[in-house]
Amino acid sequence: MSETQNLTIVQAVRDGLATEMALDDDVVALGQDIGANGGVFRATQGLQDEFGDQRVVDTPLAESGIIGSAVGLATGGMKPVPEIQFSGFMYPGFDQIVSHMARYRTRSRSRFSLPMVLRAPYGGGIRAPEHHSDSKEAFYAHEAGLKVVIPSTPHDTKGLLISAIRDPDPVVFLEPKLIYRAFRGEVPEEDYEVPIGEAATRREGEDVSVFTYGAMTRPTLEAAENLAEEAGIDAEVIDLRTVSPLDREAIVESFKKTGRAVVVHEAPKSGGLGGEITSLIQEEALIYQEAPVKRVTGFDVPVPLYAMEDYYLPNAARVEDGIREAVEF
Amino acid sequence: MSTIERDPENRVQVLDEDGNVVGDVPDLDEETLRSIYRDMKLSRHFDERAVSLQRQGRMGTYPPLSGQEGAQIGSAYALADDDWMVPSYREHGAAVVRGLPLKQTLLYWMGYEAGNDVPEDANILPVAVPIASQIPHAAGLAWSWKLQGHDDRAGICYFGDGATSEGDFHEGMNFAGVYDVPMVFFCNNNQWAISVPRERQTAAETLAQKAEAYGFEGVQVDGMDPLAVYKVTQEALEKARDPDTDELRPTMIEAVQYRFGAHTTADDPTVYRDDEEVEEWKAKDPIPRLEAYLRNEGILDDEEVSDIEASVEQQVDEAIDAAESEPRPEPEEMFEHVYAELPPELQAQRDAFLDSVDRHGKDAFLEE
Ligand SMILES: Cc1ncc(C[n+]2csc(CCOP(=O)(O)OP(=O)(O)O)c2C)c(N)n1
Repeated sequence: MSETQNLTIVQAVRDGLATEMALDDDVVALGQDIGANGGVFRATQGLQDEFGDQRVVDTPLAESGIIGSAVGLATGGMKPVPEIQFSGFMYPGFDQIVSHMARYRTRSRSRFSLPMVLRAPYGGGIRAPEHHSDSKEAFYAHEAGLKVVIPSTPHDTKGLLISAIRDPDPVVFLEPKLIYRAFRGEVPEEDYEVPIGEAATRREGEDVSVFTYGAMTRPTLEAAENLAEEAGIDAEVIDLRTVSPLDREAIVESFKKTGRAVVVHEAPKSGGLGGEITSLIQEEALIYQEAPVKRVTGFDVPVPLYAMEDYYLPNAARVEDGIREAVEF
Repeated sequence: MSTIERDPENRVQVLDEDGNVVGDVPDLDEETLRSIYRDMKLSRHFDERAVSLQRQGRMGTYPPLSGQEGAQIGSAYALADDDWMVPSYREHGAAVVRGLPLKQTLLYWMGYEAGNDVPEDANILPVAVPIASQIPHAAGLAWSWKLQGHDDRAGICYFGDGATSEGDFHEGMNFAGVYDVPMVFFCNNNQWAISVPRERQTAAETLAQKAEAYGFEGVQVDGMDPLAVYKVTQEALEKARDPDTDELRPTMIEAVQYRFGAHTTADDPTVYRDDEEVEEWKAKDPIPRLEAYLRNEGILDDEEVSDIEASVEQQVDEAIDAAESEPRPEPEEMFEHVYAELPPELQAQRDAFLDSVDRHGKDAFLEE
């Protein structure tokens, strides 16, 4: 049996990067404050000492430059892993993401693929200033040519990050910073892959399927346990882990079993992943449907400053309400 | 030759580190000089209290300004009443000069949307957190004055050294030059953009020289010398209003200075910065420097200094009390100010949410 370490999610990011950088000299990390400072969340702590400043590179403060030069590095045969300090600051580099990172393969008839992983902490709940709490994974999921991964456990974080770096196509890797340090989990020391595009069943259940990902996995599981105890409702909780491409089979199979669904995400409701999952259910499993699909999400407002942030984020109480509505319909 | 027509490496200075006069002293009356000193002391004291509030968990992440009072207060004093200020997120001192109550700054960093309520006549755009994003706004704002015939109006736009790497900086500066708008671009070069030193931000010799690429002047000033900053800003604003025939209106000022504390309270500068460097810059502290000059000139004495200290402490105490007495926002406030009129779907989201809050009670939603 292989050795394991007991790591937090942010430590698993570091471990995943270090593991793959040691195995593959083409992997380079670049971004703001990732060198001597080890990243503002310490996701790259010590990596510059380990791999040198040619492979762990502090860049000027310029997201378009970071992402665009990563595109160029990848066309030159490297495997860049750019970090954007907070996902709310990806927008200055958005043009590079959607105009180039996503479609280099298409535009070059597969002469160039971009094996790059754009990492960023995302989401709310840490009392951060304006723009630091965005959850805009739908932007990237909407963009053909990108894969969008959002882990929720330390084990998955390392395995998914390694898979992402090894993937021949560009991956947007969003890290739920609310749970960066919320708990620890066993993480193998060796390199291993957790496949992109596969959901994980976190709780088996018969009455209703709850689809979620990222930091919302925890309040969702909490709500499921509460309802099992208080109301005898047996909810199945599916952690999507990849929001593009979706694990359509896992979603449809679970729904066929329960006939009821709730989607939980902290991103705004309109145009979010909840709508996509609902449509998928309509397309693939309409005749199994016993109740309208319920969405428990953030609101269609900018994430408020932190005095109101707790009201914005879905919590166990709201998830319970959503599940009850789906079950009691 | 005007002060701003000079080689970008030839830094403007009025007072040396000990407060001795080494340049042309700007024409300011005693009352104004005392008031500049008072506002610098106010900013410093406010900053120290704000950092301590954060440490005590009474405030969220806060970006300190200590060390930058000379640049902030000196430049803000050069603005006329109708002029505008376009800040980043660190200009708490300059904002006070423009009439923003300290309470508002506190509320903003305490996570209250109400912190964004700026008095009508304060002429300040909202705090800009995404780096450099305010620079094109400044160009557009000043352009609007030209289009509307407000010939006498000018503005100042603040940003850091790191901001000069962003595309928005270049695009905003370029527009300012092309449309020849009355805006002064004021770079607070505090040597560090979080952990990245100024030399790793750009290979250019100075930041001021970047202005040249856009066709207007760039000037370096000792940012820890409030009188030099005042003088340079005042001349740049004057030029913005009334340029010579062969001159463009915009100017970029690079104020060379140092931020003594962390980048924000979430940051630990000991990881990337030497104590020695901090000590070197503390010797250039703008407050004792101005104080020495004012004492030498007989404009300040012990008694006035201690009066100022007492009144500054009281003003900050009152602002903290006022901010901490602000009632916690009600959940429905989240839906305000998103649209002029709440769209039906958002109205439905609000109503459903308020129902859950009723059902579970507010406490079920609050983490603390
Ligand atoms: C577009 C964008 N990218 C990254 C950040 C995160 N960040 C906040 S402040 C900062 C450094 C800013 O340095 P500088 O422009 O020199 O201003 P200073 O804070 O030193 O005054 C960074 C990287 C941000 N706010 N916006």
